[in-house]
Amino acid sequence: MVDQPYFDVPERSGPAAKPRRRRRIFLAWLQMSREKTRLRVAVLGITFAAVLMMVQLGIRDALFDSATLLHNSLAGEVFLLSPHSASVIAAQPFSDRRLHQTLALPEVQSASGIYVGFAQWENHRTHLARNLYVIGFNPDDRSIAIEGVERYAKAIKQADTVLFDVYSRPEFGTAEIGVDFTRQLPITTEMNPIAGSLRRVTVGGLFQLGPTFGGDANVITSDVNFRRLFPGRKKGSIDIGVIRLVPGTDVERAIRKIRAHLPADVQVLTKDEFKNVDRSYWASSKPLGYIFNLNVIMGFLVGAIIVYQILYTDVSEHLAEYATLKAIGYQDSELLKVVLQEAGLLALLGFIPAFLIASGAHLAISNATHLPIAMTPARAITVLVLTLAMCLISGALAVRRLKAADPADIFN
Amino acid sequence: MPAEPIVAVQHLSHHFGAGELRREVLLDIHLTIRRGEVVILRGPSGSGKTTLLTLIGGLRSVQQGELHVLGQALHGADGDALVRLRRHIGFIFQAHNLLRFLNVLQNVQMAAQLHDERPGWDTRAEATAMIEAVGLGGHRHSYPENLSGGQKQRVAIARALVGRPRLILADEPTASLDSRSGRDVVNLMQHLARERGTAILLVTHDSRILDIADRQLHMEDGRLVQSAGREVSHAPR
Repeated sequence: MVDQPYFDVPERSGPAAKPRRRRRIFLAWLQMSREKTRLRVAVLGITFAAVLMMVQLGIRDALFDSATLLHNSLAGEVFLLSPHSASVIAAQPFSDRRLHQTLALPEVQSASGIYVGFAQWENHRTHLARNLYVIGFNPDDRSIAIEGVERYAKAIKQADTVLFDVYSRPEFGTAEIGVDFTRQLPITTEMNPIAGSLRRVTVGGLFQLGPTFGGDANVITSDVNFRRLFPGRKKGSIDIGVIRLVPGTDVERAIRKIRAHLPADVQVLTKDEFKNVDRSYWASSKPLGYIFNLNVIMGFLVGAIIVYQILYTDVSEHLAEYATLKAIGYQDSELLKVVLQEAGLLALLGFIPAFLIASGAHLAISNATHLPIAMTPARAITVLVLTLAMCLISGALAVRRLKAADPADIFN
Repeated sequence: MPAEPIVAVQHLSHHFGAGELRREVLLDIHLTIRRGEVVILRGPSGSGKTTLLTLIGGLRSVQQGELHVLGQALHGADGDALVRLRRHIGFIFQAHNLLRFLNVLQNVQMAAQLHDERPGWDTRAEATAMIEAVGLGGHRHSYPENLSGGQKQRVAIARALVGRPRLILADEPTASLDSRSGRDVVNLMQHLARERGTAILLVTHDSRILDIADRQLHMEDGRLVQSAGREVSHAPR
């Protein structure tokens, strides 16, 4: 009895054989595309999950970005902050003597103090009072680089005059303030600062900043007016120090010099470090970051369950066919590949519409809320990876169903 | 050319279950199938025909005895070896088992592409030629659901033969066909197999097609009873 098999042809061609173009049947696609309705349902489910993940991540990032709106608008390279300040909305004042000390260094061009606080603002039409964020600065320092603020800088030099943020939430009478201001009607209302004294103020100009986590609305005024609103504040007690360096200075080197020059009772930060203080405040010490991550996980799970259901049904319905393929000589691994290819295809087919829908949703949200929300390549890639992972994990689970395809059963 | 048998079975036994549930299905089977031979296997249901077929087809592991198929020992062979062997056997099933979501050409290509490591092998051309040979050239792009039972079984024959196997295992290929198309299918199978010197092991209850056999075997209670058949009418190549 010979144990050497005598198949018609060699199992493998020798190394001399030239590589040929292979036209393999794309089984995954043919199988999926034959069931149009199921394919549509699957793609729809994945699209839904991907849109959910993208929008949740988008809003989360936007909210974290909104926490740094003010940071982005401050005209400086180096920032001073009290070591007790975890966020600009929970800022602890410190002495502006630290600010003046930096002027001794040749790298420092100018230094300016910013004051922040909260006040109740009375809607000038409905007379309902709500909390908003008050920012004070010396208009001569030009340390806030917002177009409206620069234009109306003169106005706030008058007593009890403030600039109002037109991107504020509508409950503050934002739209009415905008209309009345363009009609040049006087807008006066009451401001009741927290730990301050109630004053009548006039809106002397408008600017665009946007609502943040901390405040649904913003007003900006001069340092002098700020101290009128908050008489408890000692003069020279500032919340943020903004330092402008001589153009062309190496920021890192300048920061090292400033740190060495100042005592340890103040933080010296680059703009990015300054922004990260507030980002991490909202991301870690508040439940918001957690909630958005939870929503992303929910989207992931919903998508994974849908894909699993679809693939499991698909494999189950084609068991006899898979068994036949095994019988005629296909390896289990090749069939496994088919199911995973289906999963990958579904992920891509679901992701593309999801990307378009989420991009549109970002625009709509941005217009409606003035949150700084936009689709970024990094987030698109993150969600693509999540979508692929979601589909492949489900595929890998559904593949177990293939074990039920026993080629010995089909001879019955 | 040496006259090695295509299938050589010695002392083959097989059982299902274990302990008290153990049931013998094959008992000490001896069988040799030579090149180009057409062998019909008959017997009441439950006699072990299908089990023997699945063992020869490498779809089950051998428990006891010796089994050589296409010169390869299947007793003690691992799963991978069985899968590779199956590529060189043509399977024809009672329920054609075509892939519903593939058209005729793609169904045959699925079998043909298992051999695309062969030098000069063109999967598509081989599949197309095979479909012409079973007389379905005009239906290359039809889906199984739009074909008659006889046509589907012809596609199954094309799929079984496209890899140019030396052995075809067929299980009741005419059971779901009317007598006319059943006859056609069997004739086609016999014609193509003879042309290529392919051996056929055919399990059937269909008494109308017994005449194609060179030899008939009868199974009862797991034992093989050689019955009188036609003399081998052609010399092995």
